[in-house]
Amino acid sequence: MKRLADALRDPATADGLDAEGWTGLIAAARAEQLIGSLAFRLEGRSLPPRVERIMEEARTSAAQWRRSALWEAEMARRALRDLDVPVVLMKGTAYAAAGLDAGVGRSIGDLDIMVPREALPEVEPALLEAGWEWVKPDPYDDAYYRQWMHELPPLIHRERDRMIDVHHTILPLTARVTPDAAAMLAESVALPDGLRILSPEDMVLHGVAHLFADGDLAGGLRNLWDQDRLLRQFGADKSFWVRLGARADLHGLGTHLARALRLARRIYGTPVDRVIAGRGRLSDLWFARRLTARDGWGRETRKLTVFAFYVRSHWLRMPPLMLARHLWTKWRKRPA
Amino acid sequence: MRHRFDLRIGPVGFRIGSAWRAPIAALGQLYRGYPKPVDGIADFTVRLEPETRWRRFVRPSVAIRGDFTLPDAAPLALAHGLLAAEMGMNLQMALGQRRYLILHASAVERDGRALLMTGHSGAGKSTLAAILGERGWRFMGDEFALLDPATGLLHAFPRLVSLKNQAIAAMEAEVAPDRFGPRLSGTPKGDIRHLRPNDAAIAAMSAPARPALILFPRFGFESAERPMGESEVFVRLTQASTNYVALGEPGFDALGHLVKSVPARAIDYPDTGSAVTMAERLWREAGL
Repeated sequence: MKRLADALRDPATADGLDAEGWTGLIAAARAEQLIGSLAFRLEGRSLPPRVERIMEEARTSAAQWRRSALWEAEMARRALRDLDVPVVLMKGTAYAAAGLDAGVGRSIGDLDIMVPREALPEVEPALLEAGWEWVKPDPYDDAYYRQWMHELPPLIHRERDRMIDVHHTILPLTARVTPDAAAMLAESVALPDGLRILSPEDMVLHGVAHLFADGDLAGGLRNLWDQDRLLRQFGADKSFWVRLGARADLHGLGTHLARALRLARRIYGTPVDRVIAGRGRLSDLWFARRLTARDGWGRETRKLTVFAFYVRSHWLRMPPLMLARHLWTKWRKRPA
Repeated sequence: MRHRFDLRIGPVGFRIGSAWRAPIAALGQLYRGYPKPVDGIADFTVRLEPETRWRRFVRPSVAIRGDFTLPDAAPLALAHGLLAAEMGMNLQMALGQRRYLILHASAVERDGRALLMTGHSGAGKSTLAAILGERGWRFMGDEFALLDPATGLLHAFPRLVSLKNQAIAAMEAEVAPDRFGPRLSGTPKGDIRHLRPNDAAIAAMSAPARPALILFPRFGFESAERPMGESEVFVRLTQASTNYVALGEPGFDALGHLVKSVPARAIDYPDTGSAVTMAERLWREAGL
């Protein structure tokens, strides 16, 4: 749904929507996990009373997400504080903890943290000790995560029912590019409570890697909105773009960054560095189609495009022979 | 979507879309005369759609989706489409409602004051509320009661009463046949028949009430009653709420205030007749 992206970019485009238009916009925003972000963008505008009421609820919800996400981060901090290991918050929780624009109204589900890979043998038992438990009891999945993924198998807290993803880098080890995780940790920035966040450049590049070098772009409109907010906030400082370009080269993410900048500009009108963004490509249109594949009932549309990106995500994630073996194992284990 | 029905239940507007005509026709019949969503804008969207494209025609099965969806929810047979629609609306409330504290409770009202009944599945809260609703009380809802943290008032949510197994016959003896939906046999919850609330309940659906008495009924025991401590009531109501945690502090305050200001009793009863008598007596004894 293009109207959702337009409303986020320029809330005035939603003025004069009829009841049907609003209902569709709300359903699409919920489906894309952007209702909180939209609600803050529309704050203070003159809206139909029922829309105002729904947006007010969305802002209240977002405040609660934020509170519980920060509490979850604090729980992880306490669980790991005796280890002398840097704990870097990532994604939504990091935006909220650092008070960034990208955190305003953002839905935050799991807690994502990054620690050095060599610290995992200490981190894992400390989390288990503090009440987190394995979600996936399947031995194949467990072994797969440990050997090939950029994170531990997901853990869930037995009392608070919240998931934690413990990363040691930002892309699966099987992916085509290998970002420099040690450099990311080294450049991370401490918050007052001792938890850390990635440097502005790495924060953007983590989002870029997540969007274009890993998944199938499900939830991509939200992740690209993060990018828009981060780039507008950090990009006001001209020297940011120089550092961003150099950092992208270091991590091998230059092509993906360029794509992200072009799509952020296309979809959200984000001001970006034209040199780094490079010339538009025909395939940008295809990405844009995927990102806006959502109708006014909240349904995913453009099934073929969506499926193509699903295939692409696996292609990017692992070499062909390994992919074949993985899918074969998964197929044999599927529920009857 | 191909077929669509919009309605308002109490303060909450729904838009229900369906790939098939039958569930929408059943909704239109049983919810006739219900108002439309305020400003024409639904709070929640429910979608009844085939799991995969071809399942619209071949052994059609209804996946329950919407603004909020449970990823591993089992689909229902198309013959149970009405139940799917009801479950879809309940799901939106349980997962998405943030304005009101949702209590998994039935409620009836008299003189602007509400009697809340909550308990485990099979405790009889639905049937009790439905019966009282035919005997001089205003039926407010059989599944969810909506407590407004801002005012402490209880809002009605008078959706169709979902009668299960033995309760079906009990209500068939009480209510005219034209208010019943089709009997749905062999659903995941057993036999179900939906009952349309009476016209008085529908006409008054926008009027909130002040909570005045909380009962925790239990069916299948000799008649008995016991008073309950505030802490027990509080804990049981947190368990009976689908969004207590999600609401955060306002939910805690609202529930705390409810528990401190409203008396509560646990009651055991062997049959519906004795439960009605006990409820009436406890209501009088509470000075109501």
